[in-house]
Amino acid sequence: MGVVLLVPLVGAAAWDARSSGTLSGARTGLTIIAPASTGGGWDGLARQLQATMRDTDVVTNPQVVNVPGAAGTIGLAQLAQMEGQGDVIMITGTVMVGGVEINDSPVGFDDVTSLARLTDDYEVIVVPADSPLQSVDDLAAAWQADPGAVAVGGGSLGGTDQLLAAQLAQEVGVPATDVNYIAYSGGGEAIQALLSGASDVGISGYNEFADQIEAGALRALALSAPEPQPELGVETLYELGYDVHQGNWRGLLAPPGLTEEERAELEAIVAETVATPEWAETVERNQWVDVTLVGEDFADFIDEEVARIQAILEEAGL
Amino acid sequence: MEALSDLAGGFSTALTPMNLVYVFLGALLGTAVGVLPGLGSAMAVALLLPVTFALDPTGALIMLAGVYYGGLFGDSITGILLNTPGNSSAIATTIEGHKMALDGRASQALATSAIGAFTGGLIATTVVALGAPLFASLASAFGPAEFFALTAFAFVAIAFVVADSALKGLAALVIGFTIGVVGIDSQTGTVRYTLGVPQLFDGVGIVVITVGLLALGEVLFVASRRRHVGGDKLVAVRGRPFLSRAEFREALPAWLRGAGFGVPFGVIPVGGSEVPTFLSYGTERRLDARRRNPMFGRGAIRGVAGPEAAGNATAGTAMGALIVLALPTSATAAVLLGAFQQFGIQPGPLIFERSGEVAWALIASLFVGLFVLLVLNLPFAPLWAKLLVIPRPYLYAGISVFAGLGIYVSAGSIVDLWLLLLLGLLGFLMRRHDVPLAPVLIAVILGPIAEVNLRNTLAISQGDLGALAASPATVVVYALLAVVVLLAVVGKIRSSRGADV
Repeated sequence: MGVVLLVPLVGAAAWDARSSGTLSGARTGLTIIAPASTGGGWDGLARQLQATMRDTDVVTNPQVVNVPGAAGTIGLAQLAQMEGQGDVIMITGTVMVGGVEINDSPVGFDDVTSLARLTDDYEVIVVPADSPLQSVDDLAAAWQADPGAVAVGGGSLGGTDQLLAAQLAQEVGVPATDVNYIAYSGGGEAIQALLSGASDVGISGYNEFADQIEAGALRALALSAPEPQPELGVETLYELGYDVHQGNWRGLLAPPGLTEEERAELEAIVAETVATPEWAETVERNQWVDVTLVGEDFADFIDEEVARIQAILEEAGL
Repeated sequence: MEALSDLAGGFSTALTPMNLVYVFLGALLGTAVGVLPGLGSAMAVALLLPVTFALDPTGALIMLAGVYYGGLFGDSITGILLNTPGNSSAIATTIEGHKMALDGRASQALATSAIGAFTGGLIATTVVALGAPLFASLASAFGPAEFFALTAFAFVAIAFVVADSALKGLAALVIGFTIGVVGIDSQTGTVRYTLGVPQLFDGVGIVVITVGLLALGEVLFVASRRRHVGGDKLVAVRGRPFLSRAEFREALPAWLRGAGFGVPFGVIPVGGSEVPTFLSYGTERRLDARRRNPMFGRGAIRGVAGPEAAGNATAGTAMGALIVLALPTSATAAVLLGAFQQFGIQPGPLIFERSGEVAWALIASLFVGLFVLLVLNLPFAPLWAKLLVIPRPYLYAGISVFAGLGIYVSAGSIVDLWLLLLLGLLGFLMRRHDVPLAPVLIAVILGPIAEVNLRNTLAISQGDLGALAASPATVVVYALLAVVVLLAVVGKIRSSRGADV
């Protein structure tokens, strides 16, 4: 009978998770919107924030709600309509900045409240172990000779992977529109395309490729971090003499039209959460970089990112 | 032989009473979530992931493995009984399974599906336990050109057997393709057929399509015909609650063939388990058509046995690909990959050296989970089948509620509910005019996969069409395809002469 009883229970729980949150204040029933489906990076961040907030009693009963679609712009549009709701926050990141441009989203970052930047991680450029390309210089030479012949595989269109490809191409004098970029819908597909020889070059977050690099199936050419990362044993593009860096930052947004107190309360919740040892442990475990930036500074940062990414995407012809 | 002793060590960890409880709990919860349409095993794992943080890594992963397999057992239950598959991997099972249920053989269909899931999972898990190194070479042999060849093969092979009337079959295919291309094109960012609705940018969800066409369409169709046929009549339950020896013998080859289709596909990230389930369905149907007394269309036990075994075999090797290659070949596997990393275990070629004990315990618990699920599901089959004893008006009202609830819960989108309604109407019209539904679903699933891989192949080769058939694997697939087409054409000519069906 167990199963029969559980079916309505689980259904009711899932239903409840969607509808709750608006009844109580931010300290008791904060709703964290993950503007992506379950299993992705944004969903993971939302669920780990939830766990940290609950375990440290910063928020009594935080809820995660998934609003997937169109690089997070569906979630952004919903958030923009939650005018004045002081108990909702939403995950954002580099990919959403690109998504707003690619999808011509009518709602942008000016239509919501910028709350905080939390984490960053970096990209790695890899080739299959048997590739003739031994260095970024070799890649640059191959690109200059015939950009179309170098199939570059990475994540979705306008995402961090493509942004890095476009910037590096421009840096070595190849028009970004000439890059033969193949968008794959997941890390697994991108890895598989490299192993089967379909992609000549792969670009993704370091963590996604880390194990294949360690096992010797893939060879890392360079990292996109701004600072040297000696513990990874891979040089950054800066160190190799290319003026290119590309992070994959993630942060938090809140609905528009909040009062000063509501905004201050949400900022306090975030600041308290990221100051806990539990959060430090979470960041460590996921191999993220803690780049916390709260309030006005974060709003300025987003403005810069939007302008920067707009320019890159324009060069890439998107 | 070293693998065997390691596996034995894994069993000794997995069979501790506490870990057995975790497997059991996981399997139970997974089945429960899998039963709900829209909530597949990916959602089950994601929802229950925070719960497992409280456990030690081994216990947690063992429980998640139970959830993973449980979800796969659960999603065909509602498909068979109510024509609402919980997940796209259960669509192929649903087609014949629901006909069996309407024919009064619901508990046999459920038992066939449970044993099929068990067989497929068992064979796949054995392959994982003994032949992990083989995986790497299989995965690296498949590029976009090979994927396209495979989808083209699956597509043509299935389309040929499923459609009875060429015109209606083609119409159904076109409908499916049209729904399948809605959304932002992943390679160019072009927006296609979204009518300016941003919620359609990622396309129409496959679960919305299946639940709309199959479940809601069926509800509307039954409601419209209630006055003509005795709609209040209950489905009579026939036969013994379990499989008879004859039925078992009938299903056995299909289980094995299905597992054969499923095993290699788990390693390849090409649209999860839909391709092998449909390939298995197509094969069984083709073989069935040659028999003296064809059962397909009237509730064929092999139409349930094959796809179900294929689906779970895929899931089994997908788990292997996850552990050994760190290749997440499905959404569920991606969630699990995240879970592994949460516990400080990095899947990949080095896992047996770095976290051997946990890895082997996990593989052993996959075996244990399969047995638990079989024990859990077989006695429940007649109980689940009792659902059909509910008078039809109530049953169909319940289906409508569950369909709507499931769709809303999975993404919280009102647009999805409108789509569900529209697709329900479409399903109703198609039933009304005898247009087959299966080709729609096949086109929706395989169409986009084929398109993306065709375009990737051509993008990588810079437009050289020769790249499509450049590797030995593609040549073999196309040769097989030619044989299938030839056989089908010859068969058509013969049957039109004999005019037997």
